[in-house]
Amino acid sequence: MLAISRQRILGQCFQKIRPAVSELRSYSSAAKQITVREALNSSLDEEMSADPKVFLMGEEVGEYQGAYKITKGLLEKYGPERVLDTPITEAGFTGIGVGAAYYGLKPVVEFMTFNFSMQAIDHIINSAAKSNYMSAGQISVPIVFRGPNGAAAGVGAQHSQCYAAWYASCPGLKVLSPYNSEDARGLLKAAIRDPDPVVFLENELLYGESFPVSDEVLDSSFSLPIGKAKIEREGNDVTITAFSKMVGYALKAAEILEKDGINAEVINLRSIRPLDRSTINASVRKTNRLITVEEGFPQHGVGAEICSSVVEESFAYLDAPVERIAGADVPMPYAANLERMAVPQVEDIVRAAKRACYRSVPLAATA
Amino acid sequence: MALSYLRSSSSRSANLLKPLSSGLSLRSPISTDTTPITVETSVPFTSHRCDAPSRSVETNPKELLTFFRDMALMRRMEIAADSLYKAKLIRGFCHLYDGQEAFAVGMEAAITKKDCIITAYRDHCTFMGRGGTLLEVFAELMGRQAGCSKGKGGSMHFYKKDSNFYGGHGIVGAQVPLGCGLAFAQKYSKDETVTFAMYGDGAANQGQLFEALNISALWDLPAILVCENNHYGMGTAEWRAAKSPAYYKRGDYVPGLKVDGMDALAVKQACKFAKEHALKSGPIILEMDTYRYHGHSMSDPGSTYRTRDEISGVRQERDPIERIRKLILSHDLASEKELKDIEKEVRKEVDDAITRAKESPMPEPSKLFTNVYAKGLGVESFGADRKEVRATLP
Repeated sequence: MLAISRQRILGQCFQKIRPAVSELRSYSSAAKQITVREALNSSLDEEMSADPKVFLMGEEVGEYQGAYKITKGLLEKYGPERVLDTPITEAGFTGIGVGAAYYGLKPVVEFMTFNFSMQAIDHIINSAAKSNYMSAGQISVPIVFRGPNGAAAGVGAQHSQCYAAWYASCPGLKVLSPYNSEDARGLLKAAIRDPDPVVFLENELLYGESFPVSDEVLDSSFSLPIGKAKIEREGNDVTITAFSKMVGYALKAAEILEKDGINAEVINLRSIRPLDRSTINASVRKTNRLITVEEGFPQHGVGAEICSSVVEESFAYLDAPVERIAGADVPMPYAANLERMAVPQVEDIVRAAKRACYRSVPLAATA
Repeated sequence: MALSYLRSSSSRSANLLKPLSSGLSLRSPISTDTTPITVETSVPFTSHRCDAPSRSVETNPKELLTFFRDMALMRRMEIAADSLYKAKLIRGFCHLYDGQEAFAVGMEAAITKKDCIITAYRDHCTFMGRGGTLLEVFAELMGRQAGCSKGKGGSMHFYKKDSNFYGGHGIVGAQVPLGCGLAFAQKYSKDETVTFAMYGDGAANQGQLFEALNISALWDLPAILVCENNHYGMGTAEWRAAKSPAYYKRGDYVPGLKVDGMDALAVKQACKFAKEHALKSGPIILEMDTYRYHGHSMSDPGSTYRTRDEISGVRQERDPIERIRKLILSHDLASEKELKDIEKEVRKEVDDAITRAKESPMPEPSKLFTNVYAKGLGVESFGADRKEVRATLP
């Protein structure tokens, strides 16, 4: 308690030094709350305003104001030459986006969900990701592919897959996945400014969630570094890595674990490729235990890569096997109870953390 | 593709004082002569939803000689590549363009280096047409540092961004939407230039082509889709792959023109027409009736799905270089010997370039890790054994 009040006093001192705008705010350091949707929309707006080469294309991004309203108001502001409604032809319009990037424009291509990106995946991988390498640096591809990724609610098998592992395995791509509004703003801006192809994996269920943001985050020059994870919650007993929606679940799991005396460190990956191996390994060297959490299919997933990295770099520091929480190894079912079983829940993360901490399950010889 | 040997000062009278090759009369040197000549194309154009351009093409001795030399160079280059491949100095895929040269030179005559070109994997001659050098071609084919992609691309991945040549693509049909994207960017930037997106009769059935064409027509993009119809998609004849092999009509609502692709002047006329159309009215399809003498690639003899008679027949009747040679001779623009001398020169140029290319070293091992990203952010990348080989991407 003492620590908290000390922080408030310090905060007040800083308020006085900061410019006039902040003086009218309350003494808490992050006054404003914005939704992830607002964060993405404002980032697109600011980057389009700053650079005339940035343009948007995708299904319903213009007149419909965006299937999930992420691009709301942008057609009115920037006109139909810069906000382009496409027909339902992912292979065609993605190829067109990549070609425009070859010429030097900066397209932001929206997939209504990343499930539809599979129709265009050849352009993402073969036309975009590999071009800078094949041309020995002549053809760079400053494009962003963005849209909702992973499970929504009740949308069934064909509309629920997480593509993080697939895209992150490919050299030449950068793959980012925001959790909160600060992530959404900082990472999307960084993605648009980056000269390489970036796959930007959002989450439909997070669009409406509000998070506090500081003035710095709201500034139009704000951006976050690509390739750096964030320690959302510090801890000493077990490391939990997660990205996107699962960060929220991991934080909830950490609160529950705290009551049982387990102090969890939650890492928000933010960047799936490049993966911040040094932050993850430094954390595991401190806590000696690791849980990886992801929504996607378990086999060959993001958690598998993280586990490998830790085994390679920090084996001696592990006091327990790495635990992996992932989506169920089945296509996403529709029935609500089955769907709940197919996606990680907070209790799954808690259970895995306890296993890692207590080794309560006796080791049985395999047949 | 400069005529470095024969070209002299721009003044015609000054040239007359220079010694000419033996046995010649006092006619003007053809290398600088731009006196217009009108030639009829071999066959008339066939059009779809547009008015075909005239069969009468304006050219001049300088242009005809440039066509001859450039095509002879391309021909020799491809044949030399064949030998290098058989000598195992070129590995992997090698798709040769000999027979199709008229398109590469005819198109260049109608456009500028500010117009964009994108093609598939049969790209060596297209690259040369954009101003690439023989050394860059042979070195790239052999995977050497002096290659246009520094040895990292190979036969299918030649690029020359400074002349707006965007490759060099291995996935059949992918280059068409990419080309429409280039056209989009040209229109967005208000450059008043066009893009030629080339594809073959095999790629002409690809869905993404029609997706891109639909968008190009909706958005009025200055995109010219060129089907280089050499009548065989790898080993499959066009009638076995396409319900409708009238590729110039396949655009439906998009106008099209069918052209004798072995006639460089017809190609030039068609490309000029297409560029004007695209800038004013949006996309257009050109179908080039052409032929490749080699098989699909070096691993295909090219004679299991077509007869040797057919191949030699085309060579006899329609060879693009022979057509220009006959034109030059019939208009008395040069002698047979002069043309043979050009061919000898070209042969020597090719041989010299191969020698220089062989001297170029293979890329340094550190180059394995360069250009993965334009901005590597200092991240780590790994070799096969990451405990042995790691690199930081700049």
